[in-house]
Amino acid sequence: MIDLTINCGLVRNILVRFIHSEITRTGYQRAVINLSGGIDSAVSCALASEALGPENVLAIRLPYKTSSPDSLEHAQLLIDQLGIQSITIPISDMVEPLIGRFPEMTKTRKGNIMARVRMIIAYDQSEEFHGLVVGTGNKTEILLGYTTLFGDSACALNPIGDLYKTQVRQLARDLHIPQVIIEKPPSADLWQGQTDESELGFTYEKVDQLLYLLVDQRYQIFECIQEGFEEEFIKAVANRVQRYQFKRSLPPIAKISSRTIGADFLYFRDWGT
Amino acid sequence: MKIKIALAQINTRLGDLSSNLEHHLSIASEACQNNADLVVFPELSLTGYSLQDLVPQVAIQPSKEEPLFKQLLHASLEIDMVVGFVEEDARHRFHIAAAYISKGEIVHIHRKVHLPTYGIFDEKRFLAAGNTFRAFDTRFGRIGLLICEDFWHVSSPYLLWQDGADIFLLQSASPGRGVTDENIGSADWVETVNRSYAGLFTAFFAHSNRVGFEDGLYFWGGATLFDPDGKLVAMGPYDQESITYAEMDLSQLRRTRTRLPLLRDERPEIVLHELGRILKHD
Repeated sequence: MIDLTINCGLVRNILVRFIHSEITRTGYQRAVINLSGGIDSAVSCALASEALGPENVLAIRLPYKTSSPDSLEHAQLLIDQLGIQSITIPISDMVEPLIGRFPEMTKTRKGNIMARVRMIIAYDQSEEFHGLVVGTGNKTEILLGYTTLFGDSACALNPIGDLYKTQVRQLARDLHIPQVIIEKPPSADLWQGQTDESELGFTYEKVDQLLYLLVDQRYQIFECIQEGFEEEFIKAVANRVQRYQFKRSLPPIAKISSRTIGADFLYFRDWGT
Repeated sequence: MKIKIALAQINTRLGDLSSNLEHHLSIASEACQNNADLVVFPELSLTGYSLQDLVPQVAIQPSKEEPLFKQLLHASLEIDMVVGFVEEDARHRFHIAAAYISKGEIVHIHRKVHLPTYGIFDEKRFLAAGNTFRAFDTRFGRIGLLICEDFWHVSSPYLLWQDGADIFLLQSASPGRGVTDENIGSADWVETVNRSYAGLFTAFFAHSNRVGFEDGLYFWGGATLFDPDGKLVAMGPYDQESITYAEMDLSQLRRTRTRLPLLRDERPEIVLHELGRILKHD
């Protein structure tokens, strides 16, 4: 049996202290988080609230005109439960003029524009609130590249990036995230009726198990087949992981000098702190 | 003889020697006030762990005149200390090192032999490896120093044991990994190994591991002292800065080794002979 069970108490303790350490060592005390109404941002908010105190966390709700009303409502449930600060900024007026210029625009382009406008607002509020942007991307979506580059993936630190989606669910229960947020089908809510699992073509339950074998346990493809996964599915997932490496990397810099940033100019971000 | 040991599981500022030095001096003075004889700091305690290109900037050639060591040596008039730092040798190779200092003297320096360069570790890229394991005499008896990956190799404490070490002082900057069980996976492993070594070598094993974060890496603390029976004498908390005090009753060595004469019955000449044969065949 492939078991992705985590010790939630242990994980929660590490992540809360991680947020506190990585924010306070830069001279900040506060966090801003785009709160979609989904489980990932709810978990990031709850962890940040525990780390910094609810008064030091700003949740930003960013509805588009086609966003599900449930999303706003679920976000509010969490804001009320945690007692964190919040602001709601509808994005339609910002997004529409650009979309309106291109009548044939695809859903993907529109979704990317929405994600990037939300990023602009998060960073603007970061300046106003004097807090760092806390990320909400889980390990499954980072590995699958199921994210908008410089959009929802943009952040100053990401507490949940080493947890698979199904592990985020475990942690959400431990954090007493409202049941309705944990149980609803995951969706980027970029257009009506969108769900992650129908778009990806597989369930998180299944792909998390495979990713755990491929990535964490370093299984080879034939060993995954022996574990009962279809070859076609394994190859599709492995290809996706490879294809989206660019979303997980800083842009390569052409090496010309004797010392090049990222290649042989190497320092941790926490340098000096 | 009874020795009071202080295991200082501290956080560090990455690459900031003067602030880390200040922290050492204040911990040493606190340990002294609590009547400790010896304080053990973690690996790279004066510099922080994830140094990368900071290595040459924080490297030290230790001597009585070197300004940072001068202050440490002054503090060592009151209390013996084991500190972690980057040592630059005469030909400008940089080593992860641990110094045992006492009564104003540098008694011994151990250069980390096993530099992990896999997974999250990249030590060989930036640092040179040491090539000796030597026990040394102190006012408390014969001691062996090991730094983190050194004690993931069973040969390291074995050699120190055969070289006469009865007290083993281990330093780590051990990043936590593995969150499926009751305890952090790497913490479990280190505790099990320390306990086993203490029992197998019928000796004292003290371990000092740092706390805090560097980027995503998380250090878990949890200092331990195991006695020659493999029993846990004291343990520090996980995750937070703390000084753990514990007593080493050196007469325990005699009692344990009378009951369980593993040291007496060990046959290092067979190890030497067989290794000679094995290595020749390679």
